[in-house]
Amino acid sequence: MTPTVDQVMVEERAAAFTKRSIKTSAKLSGLKLVVSMMDLTTLEGKDTPGKVAYLCRKAQQPIEAKYGVPPCGAVCVYPSMVRAARRFLGEKSPVHIASVATGFPSGQYPLRTRLEETRRAAGDGADEIDMVIDRGAFLAGEHRKVFDEIVAIKEACGPAHLKVILETGELVTYDNVRVASHLAMEAGADFIKTSTGKVQPAATIPVTLVMLEAIRDHFFATGLRIGMKPAGGIRNAKQALAYLVMVKETLGDDWLTPELFRFGASTLLNDVLMQIVKTMEGNYQGADYFSLS
Amino acid sequence: MSRTRLDVRKTHKLYIGGAFVRSESGRALAATSADGTHLDNFCHASRKDLRDAVVAARNAFEGWAKKTAYLKGQILYRAAEMLESRAAAIAEEIGRTGISSEAARAEVDLAIDRLVYFAGWTDKFTQVFGAVNPVATSHFNFTVPEPTGVVVVLPPDEPSFVPAVALLASVILTGNAAIIVASETAPLPLLAFAEILATSDLPGGVANILSGKRAELLPHIAGHKDINAVVDAAGCATVQEGAAVNLKRCTRRILSPEDWRSARGENPYWIGDTVEYKTAWHPIGI
Amino acid sequence: MKKKTTAPLRRAAVTVLPPVAPAGRKPVPAGERRLRFGDKWDYTPAPESVPVKIEPKHGLFIGGKFVAPRAGKYLASINPATEEKLSEIAQSGAEDVDAAVTSARRAYDDVWSKLPGRERGKYLFRIARLIQEKSRELAVLETMDGGKPIKESRDFDLPMVAAHFFYHAGWADKLEFAFPGRTPRPVGVAGQIIPWNFPLLMAAWKIAPALACGNTVVLKPAETTSLTALRLAQIFQEAELPEGVVNIITGDGPTGAALVNHPGVDKIAFTGSTEVGKMIAKACAGTNKRLTLELGGKAANIIMEDAPIDQAVEGIVSGIYFNQGHVCCAGSRLFVQEGIFKTVIRKLRDRIQTLRVGNPLDKNTDIGAINSRAQLDKIDELVRSGEAEGAEVVQSSCGLPAKGYWFRPTFMTNVTMSHRVAQEEIFGPVLAVMTFRTPEEAIERANNTPYGLSAGVWTDKGSKIFKMVSKLRAGVVWANSYNKFDPASPFGGYKESGFGREGGLQGLSAYVRLD
Repeated sequence: MTPTVDQVMVEERAAAFTKRSIKTSAKLSGLKLVVSMMDLTTLEGKDTPGKVAYLCRKAQQPIEAKYGVPPCGAVCVYPSMVRAARRFLGEKSPVHIASVATGFPSGQYPLRTRLEETRRAAGDGADEIDMVIDRGAFLAGEHRKVFDEIVAIKEACGPAHLKVILETGELVTYDNVRVASHLAMEAGADFIKTSTGKVQPAATIPVTLVMLEAIRDHFFATGLRIGMKPAGGIRNAKQALAYLVMVKETLGDDWLTPELFRFGASTLLNDVLMQIVKTMEGNYQGADYFSLS
Repeated sequence: MSRTRLDVRKTHKLYIGGAFVRSESGRALAATSADGTHLDNFCHASRKDLRDAVVAARNAFEGWAKKTAYLKGQILYRAAEMLESRAAAIAEEIGRTGISSEAARAEVDLAIDRLVYFAGWTDKFTQVFGAVNPVATSHFNFTVPEPTGVVVVLPPDEPSFVPAVALLASVILTGNAAIIVASETAPLPLLAFAEILATSDLPGGVANILSGKRAELLPHIAGHKDINAVVDAAGCATVQEGAAVNLKRCTRRILSPEDWRSARGENPYWIGDTVEYKTAWHPIGI
Repeated sequence: MKKKTTAPLRRAAVTVLPPVAPAGRKPVPAGERRLRFGDKWDYTPAPESVPVKIEPKHGLFIGGKFVAPRAGKYLASINPATEEKLSEIAQSGAEDVDAAVTSARRAYDDVWSKLPGRERGKYLFRIARLIQEKSRELAVLETMDGGKPIKESRDFDLPMVAAHFFYHAGWADKLEFAFPGRTPRPVGVAGQIIPWNFPLLMAAWKIAPALACGNTVVLKPAETTSLTALRLAQIFQEAELPEGVVNIITGDGPTGAALVNHPGVDKIAFTGSTEVGKMIAKACAGTNKRLTLELGGKAANIIMEDAPIDQAVEGIVSGIYFNQGHVCCAGSRLFVQEGIFKTVIRKLRDRIQTLRVGNPLDKNTDIGAINSRAQLDKIDELVRSGEAEGAEVVQSSCGLPAKGYWFRPTFMTNVTMSHRVAQEEIFGPVLAVMTFRTPEEAIERANNTPYGLSAGVWTDKGSKIFKMVSKLRAGVVWANSYNKFDPASPFGGYKESGFGREGGLQGLSAYVRLD
């Protein structure tokens, strides 16, 4: 049985992470780690192969090499853009390709089309599939249905890693988030992810904490280390560092790696880069000095 | 008037745990009227009688405290009804101490009114003295008064009846169990009242009545670690020093006889002397 | 074929589903499942940088002025994190105490008792604002003087100090609403003695209600932590509080005794140990002095099987490790329902690894310095007694600074109710862990102590919370929370944890006469 979650206390604990003072070398190494954990994302109706190419280029080398910033963990695109991304990045790219399959963002499509979408995205070269769960089914209590669908999609992924998006903003309560996290991990998720970015609220520190705690319990129960991806709403370096603090103090060193922790974000990267340059050079930075993508 | 038969003198027993018992010491004292006439005898309570009364009170405490405020009010009001119906007998007992029968009857009437007054507080003191507190975090926070436990009441010698009844009522209405040490000079009215309590609905042990020499009992009252509070209306300041042994709540309520008979003799703020304020916090969230 | 109906939304539904092992991932064997809280990415030192000027020598605050003690004696005030002398404070003798009481009496008779409540309130509002404006400086000083982490002095103590003055300021002209049917009057001169664990906060808890109700004050802070109270005196000067309304005398036990025994004092308020509380109760016996005592505790923190466990673990941690465990209401006895014992212990063991012990001025420090050498020795002795009595001692593996007084966050299992560590107040970051089987047993064990200050209960079931709250014999019960404070919330104990309340409506009655 999954434990319940007390809202006030979990939010209080979450707030404590934001009060850590991260300065100088800790800030610099933390921010570089953040970049390496970033799923640089574009999920717009107006996306084109050209836009995706820009994104891939930025993910490969976020800033001039002299700053020693690592590439991002992945780019995250719609299934129709996977080929374009793969064409740009080539095979064996250190930057992975993640794709939101399964009727993103609502998930309100027949299972067979969602499975087909998953197979094709994986076949087109996606290393990671970010699926959405059927929140309607979850809220209606049809946990078995949600579970079975995750199992099926995991199978359709083949070797691609599966990130399961809970869309916590629609699950509303931390209790639901905790149950859904548990369900997704039991069903075979490699990662659990907060949000699509299309629903408010998206990722928050407390909701991520609840999911990290579920991951922790799952690790002790099964021995498996499941990854975590907060997505949406993380816009600045300070917030990102608070997430790192939370990972460090909740799951420890083993999770401080892009293998097990990712940020889903689009505008976060440049703020992180500005802070890196500021920390290294001392000047406050201006947006004009950082390429948009 | 010539006497044709000899009085049958009663020895008033102690009232402990709902039963009438003689002092385990076997000792008794003579009650006399103001002019020295020998009235009746009463038990001279010992240290061990006090101990027994504390045990009885402690045993009665939880059950009494748990009764609903409504029921506690009903029971205290029932005691008032019983006193009203036996008013003449108690008035006679008070009269035998040497005051006029009108004054004696007035004192009984006042005691009845005190009982009725405090009976009505059982289901109000929590509202009047408790609170919901507007704390600055997302918590529901409230404070409620709860009975402190076993309380010793030391009423004054004079008046012999009204203060004892009023203080007893103010102590037990919240759920405390009490031990009252009756007036040393005129214990009989209160001991007669014990017979009314015994036939009322008040559970045995909630009100225990001892008689005898107050000064003998004081060190043992002070030192007993299962007594939570002492309400002193008899000027027994010496009890306080020993009472520090377990930090008894000690209150002094020294009023003149006139005050005991005035509106000052039924103060609802006395309730605060023998309650503990408990504050509970709970988060407000989903 | 009959279609299987799905279960309604129930938490238990999830566990019946068969787990699917992700392909290509090998589980860590059961015996090797550990979290590593190391330095893969660690925080660099982040010391608080606000400079605080500390005078080398402090006088007494009597009649609105700083004066030297008559006998000219001073005590060293030590920074417990460095063992270095911060300053010297005056050792008040009987003559100094008398001067302070006389000053308070004069201020009471001539000024403060005659001032309308509204005007008294405005002084308190003014003081509250000044505290807010100087809160960073005061927090740094509090941390240097007492050893508590700057995080706590900055985010807890100081905001709460200001809040207490604000809260009570508003009461000053509304007291008749606090006591229906009565016209409350001040008591007179209040002698107030406070401990070293929350120096400035305890000063606020004492001074604010006393002043709001129209009393004047002689305050004696603890001899190891007097500096912030003396800085508060400067704020009183700046606020133009009439001379003598608050007097602050420093010194150790004999100074406190002189204050308690002074015939010119109408009311004593003491926060400190039960042992000293009893001495004070004896000293006040037979006098007309009013007395309130806020004393020791050995609070039970009860974790039920249906608790929100991860938050409960946070509650355990804040319950016992907040302020190095130098908290009278610390949740120092943990009662865990047997079915979740292993889980809770595992989580607690991991959690204390993440607590950062060290320089109290570092903004990332969770646990600062133990307040004094004597207190450290006492904690150490009790933990040794626990070991000798068969307890298993679990401590975090953090490093400790070379100088100063430190104690690692610690908990003990294999403890029974009869162990000293389960009965005596340790007043340090040391938790005694015990188990229970049923709620009745938890209540019985929680109440089985002469103390009764506070308790904690963790369960998801509302009706159980109310049952537990009503059965626990403690003045403050935190349900699904712990160590929460607010000026509007009364604080104080049952039984040998003292009597009287501080804060809230009920806290006012200590400082008024109801005729």
